Amino acid sequence: MKRRIGSQIMASILVNAIYAMINYPIILLNTLLAPLAILAVVTFASHGTLLPVAVTGALIMNMVSSGTSMQQDLSHLKNDMRLQDMIVSSPTTSTIYIVGMAISEIVYSIPTIAFLIVLHFIFVKTTILGGFIIFLALATTFTFSVSLGFFLSTFTSDIIQSWGFSGIISPLLTTIPPVYYPITYIPYPYRYLSYLSPTTYASEIVQSQIGVFHLGFQNFVISWVVLISITVVLGYLAVRRSRWREV
Amino acid sequence: MRIATHGLTKIYDKKYQALDQLTFNVDLNGIFSVIGRNGAGKTTLIRILSTELLPTSGTAFVNNLDVVKDATALRNEIAVVPQEARPLPWLTPLQTVRSYLMWRGYSYRESKERSKDALRSLGLENLEKVKNRKLSGGQKRKLMVATVIASEAPIIFLDEPTTGLDYVSRKEMWEILSRLKKDRLIILTTHYLEEAEILGDRIMILDKGKLADIGSIDELRSKIKFPYVLRIMSDNVDINEDGVEIKRVSNRQTLVYGTASKIYNLVPYLVTNKIKFTVEQASLGNIFEQYVGEEDGGDKNEKEDW
Repeated sequence: MKRRIGSQIMASILVNAIYAMINYPIILLNTLLAPLAILAVVTFASHGTLLPVAVTGALIMNMVSSGTSMQQDLSHLKNDMRLQDMIVSSPTTSTIYIVGMAISEIVYSIPTIAFLIVLHFIFVKTTILGGFIIFLALATTFTFSVSLGFFLSTFTSDIIQSWGFSGIISPLLTTIPPVYYPITYIPYPYRYLSYLSPTTYASEIVQSQIGVFHLGFQNFVISWVVLISITVVLGYLAVRRSRWREV
Repeated sequence: MRIATHGLTKIYDKKYQALDQLTFNVDLNGIFSVIGRNGAGKTTLIRILSTELLPTSGTAFVNNLDVVKDATALRNEIAVVPQEARPLPWLTPLQTVRSYLMWRGYSYRESKERSKDALRSLGLENLEKVKNRKLSGGQKRKLMVATVIASEAPIIFLDEPTTGLDYVSRKEMWEILSRLKKDRLIILTTHYLEEAEILGDRIMILDKGKLADIGSIDELRSKIKFPYVLRIMSDNVDINEDGVEIKRVSNRQTLVYGTASKIYNLVPYLVTNKIKFTVEQASLGNIFEQYVGEEDGGDKNEKEDW
């Protein structure tokens, strides 16, 4: 029979997003709350001055959350439901499965993303080119995040272990680094530590496009090189080094 | 269809040996039952044959396709219900089967028709829009079977599909599998020897990762020392026959294992003393005990239910 890759990708989107949202609408609220909660805290604490940064920060966090959510979802499907074993033994490849599940996480986040985009248009000032660069930075962040999420999920043996991973990743990539606040707020030498997180580079790019600070051309290029390099490495790990087939 | 392995070995974490140089070559149709104690290697074998798990060494072929080198081609031919697989609780049965078919590459429309047919064939058509979490244990198991039979795969792997089901639900599943085997090869692992005996056209006995034997129930029975069982409805009998094995069981019965001639030598004594008895062929349980022993020989390396 003819295999339709579109159907294979759609299956992941249906199972992990659309059917879940149709059958349990409460989860839409859940996805909305996490990024908005920090956005609210940062906005109120800064008397509104950091609202534009917090909005872009919430978008970055949403991209990273897609990866951590994917890691938890796939770990649950693999270890508790044995779904991965059924998929491994089917004509679906690991790459198709990753793509489908990654899109499902975006679909899952559509209400949050839509709300943040509205806030972005209202409160964040940027050029068309700046908006495009922000989109690229967010897309790259999403790509490394879901790659990392998939890679880790294939090594987990139970959901508790999976929670352990996401519990580490989430604060290290979104809460602690300068995602919701400008990097200039971090004093030296701690600022150097923040560069250990790939989201710092994404934030630098995004924040420079909304006028929070000036990022020189050289630093702009370096941020992109680092961000893309990390994405390529994590993408390679996800596609080539994940434990799709058990050993 | 043929399944063949040569020197198939699986060692987990460099210390837990689940399969030990397993070699066999068998032509199959209908239902192939794989039995063995906990840790005998049943699940490991199924997982390797169904391309879920890589072997440590050795080779395995399903339908002349190498499970390692030809995995992509083989995956078009097989469908698997792993041990402990459960339908996702937030889906309905129709959504469950349909999404699996779409993962196999069926179109959205085609998958709906095939899903409905599969659910109907297993008597689940009235539940197709009920949430899976509301299904009984038996219905969930049936749904998992419906999921894989909805595909076109000619080879179906079912790893302990009836574990945990009550007797009536198990019998329903047996009827389903008996129907399915007419046009598919079903490879089944089970802890229920009665199930393996009733369903299995061929039976493989694994013992501590090695092949104890393989064959039809009659072939296996013909190879054991005591192919007949005399069941005596008394625990107070005086039997002095060489070449038989006597076991007194709790419910005031005595079992005597032996060959046909040895068993029939005892019949006059029982008739004369008006003691009730029956003579049976050795069941798969009796055969299994004679192959792998009754003592607790569970593998000391046992990591989980391999």
